[in-house]
Amino acid sequence: MTDLLPLIVAKYNYWLYVILMMIGLYAMIAKNNLIKKLVGMNIFQTAIILFYVSIGYKKDATIPIIQSAHGGGHGAHEAAIHAADYINPLPHVLMLTAIVVSVATFGVAMALAVRVYQRYQTLEEDELRMRLSEK
Amino acid sequence: MRVLAFIIVCLTGALLLYGTGEFPDWGDPQSPASVHLSNVYIEKALEQTQVPNLVTAVLADYRGFDTMFETAVVFCAGLACFLLLRDFREKKERYYRHTPTGVILHVKDSKKIIKVGKEFAHMDKNWVPSDLIIKSVCRILIPFIQIYALYVVAHGDFSPGGGFQGGVIFGSSLILLAISYDLKTLVRRIKEKVLGIWAAVGVLIYVGIAAICMPMGGNFLDYSVLAPLVWDPHHVRALGMLGVEIGVGIAVTAVMAIIYINIVSEGRHEEGL
Repeated sequence: MTDLLPLIVAKYNYWLYVILMMIGLYAMIAKNNLIKKLVGMNIFQTAIILFYVSIGYKKDATIPIIQSAHGGGHGAHEAAIHAADYINPLPHVLMLTAIVVSVATFGVAMALAVRVYQRYQTLEEDELRMRLSEK
Repeated sequence: MRVLAFIIVCLTGALLLYGTGEFPDWGDPQSPASVHLSNVYIEKALEQTQVPNLVTAVLADYRGFDTMFETAVVFCAGLACFLLLRDFREKKERYYRHTPTGVILHVKDSKKIIKVGKEFAHMDKNWVPSDLIIKSVCRILIPFIQIYALYVVAHGDFSPGGGFQGGVIFGSSLILLAISYDLKTLVRRIKEKVLGIWAAVGVLIYVGIAAICMPMGGNFLDYSVLAPLVWDPHHVRALGMLGVEIGVGIAVTAVMAIIYINIVSEGRHEEGL
C-alpha cells in the first residue's frame, strides 16, 4: 500500500477519469431507463474529454495563446517562442469540437427517446421488451 | 444483471488502471503527446498564420477539414432532430384564454378555430406562468448574453473563444428566452424556416470560403491565396479563420435552437417548456 500511494498521486488525473468512465459504463449497462442510459453515456464522454485535456497539461506552462503578440506591432513576435511555456493546444482543439458534437448527438438521442415514448408510452427497457414481444 | 454489470465494470476499470502505470506523469512536459507535433504548432503557428490563439489556429487552419466535417455533423444532428420529431398535424385540443376575463376555453373540436387577437390568446397547458422577476431579469440578461456571444466569436483569434463556443452561448440565450417566457414567444420571434436556413448558411459559409480558395489558385481551405480579396493581406489567414468561425457560430446557434424546440414540444412547436 505504501508504494501505491505515490503512484496514485503522480497520476491522479488518470484515476479520476477511469472512475468517472466506469460510473458512466455502469449506468449504460445496468440502468433500466433509457434516459438514465443516456446520462451514463454523457458521463462517459465527459470522462474522455477530461482525459484528453489532462494529457495536454504541462507543468509551469500557460494557456496556448501567444502572449507577446498582444498589443505589439508586426515585430512583436520576434521574441522566441518556447514550446515548454505553452500547454499542448491539440487536445483542446479535439475536445472543443467533441463537446459540441456530443451535445448534438445527445440531442439526436433525446429525439429518438421522445419517439420511443410517443409510440410505446414508456422508456423502461423491460416494459419496452414486453411491448415488442406482444406484437 | 446488476451484479454482472458491476463485475464487468470493475474488471474494465482495473485493466484501465493497470494500463495507466505506463502513462506519463501528470503535467510532464516530456510526455509523448507534447513532444512531436504540438511543439511545431506552438513555435510556428504565429509565424505561419498570424493568429496568437493557437487553439483557433489549429482548429480552423491546420485541422480545417476536421472542423468542416464537425460542423457538418452538427448540421446533420439538427436535421435528424427535425426529421425524427417534426409533426405538422394540427393539435386536436386547444386552449385559449379570454383576455378581459381570464376565462380559459378548452376547444376539443379541431375544426373550431378561434381567432387569436385582442380578445383571445393562445394558452399553453404545460406552461406555468413564470414570475415577473424571472421574466424581467431574463429580458435584461438576454441581450448581454448575445453581445457576449458575438464578442466570443469575433475575438476567437486573439483570446479564448471561437465559433463553437460563441454559437453555443448564443443558442443558450435563445433557449433562455423560451424558458423564461414560453416556447411560442421564441418561435414567433425566430421562425422555423429562418432557423433552418441559418443552419445551412453557416455550413455554406465555411465550405464557400474553403471553395473560393480553389479558383484563386490554391488548395481547398488554403486561405493564403485570398490575399487579393481582403483589406489586410498581411493577416489573410486570420481573416479567413474569422470568416470560417462566423459560419460555425451561425450553424451551431441555429442547430441548438432547432434541437431544443423540437424536443420540448415533441415536434409540434406549439406547447412546451
